[in-house]
Amino acid sequence: MTWETVIGLEVHVQLLTRSKMFCGCSTAFGAPPNTNVCPVCLGLPGALPVPNGHAIRLAARAALALGCSVERRSVFARKNYFYPDLPKGYQITQFDEPLAVGGALEFESPERGRIRCGVTRLHVEEDAGKLIHDRYPGKTAVDLNRAGTPLAEIVSEPDLRSPGEARAYLTTLKQILVYAEVSDCSMEQGSLRVDANLSVRRAGDPSLGTKCEVKNLNSFANVERALEAERDRQVALLGTGQRVVQSTLLFNAGTGQVKLLRSKEESHDYRYFPDPDLPPLVLSRAWIEEQRAVLPELPDAKRDRLAARYGVTVYAAGELARERVIADYFEAVVAAGADPKDAAKWVTGDAMTGYNEVGRFVVPPARLAELIALVAANVVSGQAAKKVFTSPKLADPSAGSVRSVAETLGLTQVSDTSALAGWVDEVLTANPKEVERYRAGEAKLIGFFVGQVMKKSQGKADPKGVQPVLVERLNSK
Amino acid sequence: MSAVAVARETGARLANAEALNATLAWSQAALDAEAARVDALPGRGALHAMPIAVKDNIVTTDAPTTCASRILEGYVSPYTATAVERLRTAGAMVACKANLDEFAMGSSTEHSAYGRVKHPLDPARVPGGSSGGSAALVAAGVVPAALGSETGGSVRQPASFCGVVGVKPSYGRVSRYGLVAFGSSLDCISVFGKTVDDAARVLQVMSGPDPLDATTKAGRAPLAAPAPPADLKGLKVGLPKEYFPSDLHPGVRAGLDRTIKALRQLGAELRDVSLPYSKYAVPTYYIIAPAEAAANLARYDGVRYGRRKVGPEGDIRALYRATRGEGFGAEVRRRILVGTYVLSAGYYDAYYRKAQTVRALIAQDFQRAFESGVDLLLTPTTPTPAFKAGEKTDDPVQMYLADIFVCAISLAGLPALSLPVGRDGGLPIGAQLIAQDFAEARMLSVAGVLERVLGATEEVRG
Repeated sequence: MTWETVIGLEVHVQLLTRSKMFCGCSTAFGAPPNTNVCPVCLGLPGALPVPNGHAIRLAARAALALGCSVERRSVFARKNYFYPDLPKGYQITQFDEPLAVGGALEFESPERGRIRCGVTRLHVEEDAGKLIHDRYPGKTAVDLNRAGTPLAEIVSEPDLRSPGEARAYLTTLKQILVYAEVSDCSMEQGSLRVDANLSVRRAGDPSLGTKCEVKNLNSFANVERALEAERDRQVALLGTGQRVVQSTLLFNAGTGQVKLLRSKEESHDYRYFPDPDLPPLVLSRAWIEEQRAVLPELPDAKRDRLAARYGVTVYAAGELARERVIADYFEAVVAAGADPKDAAKWVTGDAMTGYNEVGRFVVPPARLAELIALVAANVVSGQAAKKVFTSPKLADPSAGSVRSVAETLGLTQVSDTSALAGWVDEVLTANPKEVERYRAGEAKLIGFFVGQVMKKSQGKADPKGVQPVLVERLNSK
Repeated sequence: MSAVAVARETGARLANAEALNATLAWSQAALDAEAARVDALPGRGALHAMPIAVKDNIVTTDAPTTCASRILEGYVSPYTATAVERLRTAGAMVACKANLDEFAMGSSTEHSAYGRVKHPLDPARVPGGSSGGSAALVAAGVVPAALGSETGGSVRQPASFCGVVGVKPSYGRVSRYGLVAFGSSLDCISVFGKTVDDAARVLQVMSGPDPLDATTKAGRAPLAAPAPPADLKGLKVGLPKEYFPSDLHPGVRAGLDRTIKALRQLGAELRDVSLPYSKYAVPTYYIIAPAEAAANLARYDGVRYGRRKVGPEGDIRALYRATRGEGFGAEVRRRILVGTYVLSAGYYDAYYRKAQTVRALIAQDFQRAFESGVDLLLTPTTPTPAFKAGEKTDDPVQMYLADIFVCAISLAGLPALSLPVGRDGGLPIGAQLIAQDFAEARMLSVAGVLERVLGATEEVRG
């Protein structure tokens, strides 16, 4: 019996606004507890919500970047439940009339090649506060700094067929949202959160099995692990003739297991209804098109353009398009005169190493282009260039030209024949036996001599220039 | 007269009126501070030194805002309602916080956790509600004007009972920021005045869009000062037949007959109109208002402010149960339960969604009546004069029916007012004028003319 896994994801991302969804309080992370609060986000008697226009803009851009259509009319609704981190006793969200519907993401599945996963909807809502259980013994503290922070909830279709696909979907989703500058999508700071729904059915069965929701997923890797555990649990149940009971589960990253939070019978009746404090959100076609117009080039389009325009491989273009700053850096290096293929090699290679370490490209694009030109002109060897690149002086434009930096470091290479001849003569004099063997017909020893000359020159000799000089000297005696 | 002198006199009147139980908080010191502030204002505002009572579900920072509920006993707001800010800027003084039915839920001001308000003309009777404290203070001559709030008639109905002017503006005319929410799609800060002019002046100052309330309407004409003309020639007034049932209280009928006669004499034309869906207004209202209230009152959970009581189990759910079970009175709990029920899965379509449909039909009725060519509608405000305390407290439905003539207007979001048009057996009778959305100015002008010709204290049945 083969089983098919069916997964859908609900992703919450914090929108990159400076103020909250329905009041002017700051959304800054890490402020002392209950300092970024006001009557509105504290839910004080008489306070009223007023929508944050920028949050709506960012949510609309996110929706458009995910291929959704933004609705001309959407409605804020109240989701009612009691919890100490929820100041009003309801969350303002959107329910049956969301901001946007009908998008899709395309990405590489680890199992199925390139696939498409539908995006059912994107809606705007406010975040709840935070409960802190370890601050006062035996008590729970409430921090409402986060209450009212703007979120976009992005719901996928149940189009994912493996935990690996779920992870690939999330990676792509994050890439697009970061590109569109609508969210920083940091799971560590809670600005991206994932709830996953998973069910299992017999391969070929068109109807869906009973699903369970898995919560408490704090990294993409843990989403994959949790879904693997949940898939295995459901397959084991069904394989032994048992039933899956619809429920909400919590993932324990320590044990790698899921545990029951609540069954469907215990689930809340949220009693959604339109929020009478907020008139329906009506957006003009022109406004929606304005948001589309300000969207940056998105990852797939950028990859295709880089490959077509610069003649780099699709793979390299994909690497360059992974993040906007990488692609921007690459294009700046090319614009400064570097050969695109060389630039791609550098940006995805040595420059990327540095970027991954410090989070930015420290060498100005023009200086990398200059270094690439020196390599092309045989002034600096490929090996020496790597050393020049990591020199702090390369990052510092006031430290003189790249050539002078390479010279100061003693890393320019010598291709002048007379200078090379000196090292060649020294090597031939020091290795008479090998000279004899070469002259007796052992031609492969030429490699040995080149290596010796490089060593003698401390890497400065231009290897391409060394060989003709060697051959000339060896053959002339 | 200086504001300080007005404050002194107002304090003396408040002290004399204590027996009404119409106030929840006032002090001479606070009044004096208001007066000092007003006297220090540059120039004289439109409401210079006018003492105004404020219903205790409108937040101010210098006295508690309790909503006449145990759950908010001692709660002091850190901010002031927009409407009160505007009144103060115009030179008005907050005289006191006025008693009300708990969270504005009631029609008699008997559902206050701090005791019932007495009718100024007959202490055995109710002043109406839920803004009964504000109405009684104006009727007793303690203040010339007072703020109340309307969700389904809570200013017009007590204005009628107490024989004062009560004006409910169009929904969206006055900011709700700082009005403790009951039924958010219905709630309107409204005003009582000893005269039409007092009420109109206060309303004018409070009106206008507020960036803190997304439901205030921008781009509408500001409320013009009413200018009562010499006569009402050319005015067309509709009489909705559903609002004049055959079993209407004879005193109320006589009051309306008197009003109709005066309108005719002033040159107005009266026409019969029909509002067939109004008969569903009370049941519709008692689905929508409790549904919104159940959500609006969820925040009183004992976690952040107000009363907190930990239940015997000691966990958070027990805290909610004990806090809310003891903090809210019976009527508030009843409405929370009704509101929770009508929004529940499986019942939403049958109740809440249907009520919204009917609400739209009720509003459409009014729209059609106005489109047929009438400028205003005239109806009784209440089916009877003020009833006796205790008469309806055991029968919620009878209590709800006290609002039968005012509810539909609230559901339609229209402006309306109650004008005293005489007395029956010493008890005031009110007539209700209803106008089109944002057409308060004409309605207030016509009320001003009627006020001039009708003796508000004359017996309507000879």
